[in-house]
Amino acid sequence: MSFVAIVVSSILVNNFVLMRFLGICPFLGVSRQLATATGMGAAVVFVMTLASAITWVFHHTLLVPFGLAYLQTVVFILVIASLVQFVEMVIQKTSPALYQALGIYLPIITTNCAILGVALINVRQDYAFLESVVNGLAAGMGFTLAIILFAGVRERLELADTPAALKGVPIALVSAGLMSVAFFGFQNLFRFLFS
Amino acid sequence: MRGMLADFRNGLLTENPVLRLVLGLCPALAVSTALMNGFWMGVAVTFVLTASNLLISLIRGFIPSRVRIPCFIVVIATFVTVVDLSMNAFLPEMHKILGIFVPLIVVNCIILARAEAFASRRPALNAVADGLGMGLGFTVALMLVSAVREFLGTANLVVGSTPLFGDGLPFAPAKVMTLPPGAFITLGLAVALLNVLTRKPPAARAHGAREEVSA
Repeated sequence: MSFVAIVVSSILVNNFVLMRFLGICPFLGVSRQLATATGMGAAVVFVMTLASAITWVFHHTLLVPFGLAYLQTVVFILVIASLVQFVEMVIQKTSPALYQALGIYLPIITTNCAILGVALINVRQDYAFLESVVNGLAAGMGFTLAIILFAGVRERLELADTPAALKGVPIALVSAGLMSVAFFGFQNLFRFLFS
Repeated sequence: MRGMLADFRNGLLTENPVLRLVLGLCPALAVSTALMNGFWMGVAVTFVLTASNLLISLIRGFIPSRVRIPCFIVVIATFVTVVDLSMNAFLPEMHKILGIFVPLIVVNCIILARAEAFASRRPALNAVADGLGMGLGFTVALMLVSAVREFLGTANLVVGSTPLFGDGLPFAPAKVMTLPPGAFITLGLAVALLNVLTRKPPAARAHGAREEVSA
C-alpha cells in the first residue's frame, strides 16, 4: 500500500475519531477551547507516531518470534504507558517550553484508546515498519484535524441558545454526528484518487 | 457487605457510565450497530469490570500506592486477554464483528476509573456489586443505543439470530443510523433523554450538563 493512500485514508476517509470512534473521550473532554484542543492534538500526533514505531518493534522482534502473540494486549499497553512516562520525563528535562505546552496532556494519553488502537490496527493490517510509522503519524493528524474543527464548533455552541436538556455533552455529540456526516463526503475520494 | 445493593444500583442509573458519566464512549459508539453486538460487548465489559474489581479489591493491601496504576492496568489487561481469547474460541463471528474493540476494553475509561475510585478502597463484595452494577448499566445503555440504531437503520431487530419482524417493517430504513453519524446522534439524544427523565427542580440542578475531562 502506498504511503499516500495510508495518509489519505487515516486522515480523511477513515478518520480516527469520526469514522472509527477511537479517542472519543479526549475528543469530547478537551475540545471546549481551541488552544487546549491544539495542544492535545500535538501531543497525540507525537505519542502516536512513537507508539506505532515502538509497538511494531516489540511485536516483530519479541512477540512473533517467541510465539507470544497472545500477550499482545498486555505488552502493548505496558509499552505505551512506559513510553508516555518516558517521553514526559525527557521533555521535562530537555525542553521546558514543550513541556509547558504538552505536559498536562501526556498522562491522560495513556488511556486514550486511539493510541492502542493505532498499534493494533498496524498489526492487523500487516504494515511494514515505515508504513506503521506513517500510519501513526497520519492517524494522529486525523485526530488533530477532527478535534480542532470540533473545538471551533463548540466555542460557538457555548454562545448558542441550546435547550436545557441538550446543553453540554448531548449537543456536542449531535454536532459530532453532523461533522461525521460531512466527513462522509470523503468516502469516494479514495476511489477517485486511486483507481 | 453493607450497601451492596446501593453499590449495585448506583451504576445502573445514578452513575450510569455511558449516559451519566459519559465514559467509555468509544465502544458505545463503535459497536452499537446492532442489538446483539451491543449485548456481547456489554457482557465482555461486565466480565472484565467485575473480575478486575474483585481482584484489585483483594490485593489492594499489597499494592504500593506509587505503582498502583500500572498494577491496575496489568490486572485489567489480563482479564481482557481472557475475554479476547474466549470470544475468539466460542463466538468467532462476534469476535470478528467487534474487532479491535475487544482488546481496546483495556483502555476503557470506566474500568480504570472504577478500579481507582472504588475497588482499590472497598471490600471485595462491594467491589463485585459495583462492577456488576456498572457493567449492567453499560450493557443496558449499549443495548438501548444499539436497538434504536438497528431498528431505524434496518427496519428490523435481530434477537439471537432470528429477526423479530420477518422481512422487516414497511418503512424505508434510514441507513445513516447504522453508519458512524447515527451513533453520535443517537447517543447524544439518549443522554439528553435521560437528562429530561431525571430532571430535578431547577434549584437543585447544577448549571448545564455534567462533563468529565478524561481520556
